[in-house]
Amino acid sequence: MTATFVGMPVFPTAARAALADTQLRRNLAHATSTIRAKRLSVVSEVEEWEDLRLAGAAIKDQALLDLDQHLLRLEERLTANGAIVHWARDAAEACAIVAQVARDHEVDEVVKVKSMATAEIELNERLAEHGIAAWETDLAELIVQLGDDLPSHILVPAIHRNRAEIREIFLTRMAGAGKAAPADLTDDPPELAAAARQHLREKFLRAKVGISGANFAVADTGTLVVVESEGNGRMCLTLPEVLVSVVGIEKVLPTWTDLEVFLQTLPRSSTGERMNPYTSTWSGVTPGDGPQEVHVVLLDNGRTRALADEVGRQALRCIRCSACLNVCPVYERTGGHAYGSVYPGPIGAILNPLLRGPGSGDQVDSLPYASTLCGACFEACPVRIDIPTVLVDLRAQVVDAHRGGVPSAQSVAMKGAAWTFGSGARLRAATRASGLLGDVVRRFGRRSLPGGRSALGRLPGPGAAWSGARDMPTPPSESFRAWWRRTAGGTSETSGARDPEGGPGTPRPNPGTPTTTGDRSPDQSADPSGRPAAGPLDRGVGGGAL
Amino acid sequence: MKVALMVTCVNDAMFPDAGKAVVTLLRRLGVDVEFPEAQTCCAQPMVNTGYLDEAVPVVRTFVDAFAGYDAVVTPSGSCAGSVRHQHSIVARRSGDPALARRVEQTAPRVHELTEFLVDVLGVEDVGASFPHRVTYHPTCHSLRLLGVGDRPTRLLRAVRGLELVELPMAEECCGFGGTFAVKNADVSVAMGSDKARHVRETGAEVLVAGDSSCLMHVGGLLSRQQSGVRVMHLAEVLAATEGAAPSVPPVPPGAAETPAGAGIGGRS
Ligand code: SF4
Repeated sequence: MTATFVGMPVFPTAARAALADTQLRRNLAHATSTIRAKRLSVVSEVEEWEDLRLAGAAIKDQALLDLDQHLLRLEERLTANGAIVHWARDAAEACAIVAQVARDHEVDEVVKVKSMATAEIELNERLAEHGIAAWETDLAELIVQLGDDLPSHILVPAIHRNRAEIREIFLTRMAGAGKAAPADLTDDPPELAAAARQHLREKFLRAKVGISGANFAVADTGTLVVVESEGNGRMCLTLPEVLVSVVGIEKVLPTWTDLEVFLQTLPRSSTGERMNPYTSTWSGVTPGDGPQEVHVVLLDNGRTRALADEVGRQALRCIRCSACLNVCPVYERTGGHAYGSVYPGPIGAILNPLLRGPGSGDQVDSLPYASTLCGACFEACPVRIDIPTVLVDLRAQVVDAHRGGVPSAQSVAMKGAAWTFGSGARLRAATRASGLLGDVVRRFGRRSLPGGRSALGRLPGPGAAWSGARDMPTPPSESFRAWWRRTAGGTSETSGARDPEGGPGTPRPNPGTPTTTGDRSPDQSADPSGRPAAGPLDRGVGGGAL
Repeated sequence: MKVALMVTCVNDAMFPDAGKAVVTLLRRLGVDVEFPEAQTCCAQPMVNTGYLDEAVPVVRTFVDAFAGYDAVVTPSGSCAGSVRHQHSIVARRSGDPALARRVEQTAPRVHELTEFLVDVLGVEDVGASFPHRVTYHPTCHSLRLLGVGDRPTRLLRAVRGLELVELPMAEECCGFGGTFAVKNADVSVAMGSDKARHVRETGAEVLVAGDSSCLMHVGGLLSRQQSGVRVMHLAEVLAATEGAAPSVPPVPPGAAETPAGAGIGGRS
């Protein structure tokens, strides 16, 4: 596999490229709306859904609070059950451990259960450097791998591909990776699935080493859990002689009964099923049954960093259901690649900066801004991660990480706005300036909005980002606060009578009629420094200065 | 009851009619609303962009302006949400316990307009008349941050002559998102274009919402697409009475069809 997220551009740039791909947008809109509807219907069947969300959040929080103890307990139980436990601080350490196990058994290929943790550490690429081929066995992951592509979704990594594209990939690529696809393959889904099945069966039967992640790790019993839909995971977990599981340290649950909540919320949130078809659990080695050598790699890779973040640590509750992706209007239009990571969508927008650290690079720093803060993700999340609040907190961390350097246009605008918004008098001066500018613009403007108000069309410079596709009303001659003063709160004159935009029931006077009341004279209470009022002026007129 | 109007910086500078409509409406309902002139902004532009230090003086100005009122009413779900959910974060950042205490006292008294009408005043029929075909977009912060529920549509249904038509995918974000509209302009426009398309599909004359900024975004697209659909703040519709109803131009024929440039970067 050659594709990599390394060197991905910042989100707005990557998003622009994705938006231009109309096929991609169609595929995404279709897939996300289908799964959204499915999730909604199975979630609405569960009366105590909100209680389950609260319980899930509480269990995860409790597990994270005493994470060290649970991890030690997990290690103790796994070891007692005959497994070998390794600790990995980062991706390099984790990959080296897995590569060593493969080398010890002198294999040049391994089969894999779909796993976010191994994708995160780019295990396949590192193993390839050691001459070991890692074969993905999840159907969607296989499509991504054969296509030299990058995953675009947590649950359905090939969500951005349609049937015709998949057929093409199978026909051209399968032969090079193992059993070839039938020459008369059509894009009929059962036929595509059958081709994948034939291709994978050969690999399952041959492989000596299997690699997995885990959805949950129960400390008290030393049990790892994988939930899946296709059964390929069970093949990888039971057929090979050796099994290596790479598990993020946040996957720990204290007790076996804690599983109960998540086995209800995870399938409903992710695939829109009441129950997932396969749930596999294993607790070390069972003589004569399944892998006889079991390794567990406990992976940090930024998780303790995230845990130390007071607001952001709730992201570690994530059970990777992908519900937040499927409801996110930004994700729906850009797809996953724009997020530059195996964790895309709303959870990716917070998890990547939390794992890597805000301020660690422009791409990472662009992610907390890849959201309108609409809140749909929080509403959908089965463990109640307040993603919008974490996004805002991370934005503050990004800004703080860049304080002290050369001020950006944005920080100048924000400081200007803060200064203007620091007093009503300063704001009055600013809105007056904005109104005067509006008067000037109105003289030249030829556009008007439905209802008669004059509008700005395309603007040059900083206003272009707004005005490329959107008209903007010109600022009115008179701000609300000026009107309130002039008319004593609308009591000394009929409301709206002087409104040059034509308020309710009033005729529309000549645009640009000079206002003659005393209110337009210089205001003694305005700030004497004469500093320009950047805030509302920029926001009002160009909308592009921020 | 001492009631203050929090007009919001966007309405103040760009959409004064929304503020005037709240004044008209509340007076009609017997509320003597005051306008504390020291008010400026809810600080959301700074907080949501990550400038928390810069937000501190703005929040201070806010509590200074609105201390001493029993209720503060605002024609913006987004700004009400910002006050109720973000001011405490800013106060904590300031390290000033006195500010934190004052925020605690002021923030819960801030109500978005429809909350104030339905919960505080206990009215659903505000005596308005607006004989037009209207569709309503529930803005995200009203819907999810405040949970205003069906209060706005209950109010709209009680308006004489108003025909309320359902907006497809109403609960999906319009793509404004404050500085998102500029920082991620392409995605913002893609989202807004879909919203505008759904609005046109309803055949409504007027798109109504409780946040002027979202209306400015969707309205800007509708205007560029020459759809003929007008956008109005909910307060303006609720303030309208017989004879004084704002004039609404007829939707030009064919406006409900997809005009050229409806896609990204819509060309006009
Ligand atoms: S953040 Fe919540 S909704 Fe998103 S993947 Fe994680 S658990 Fe699922």
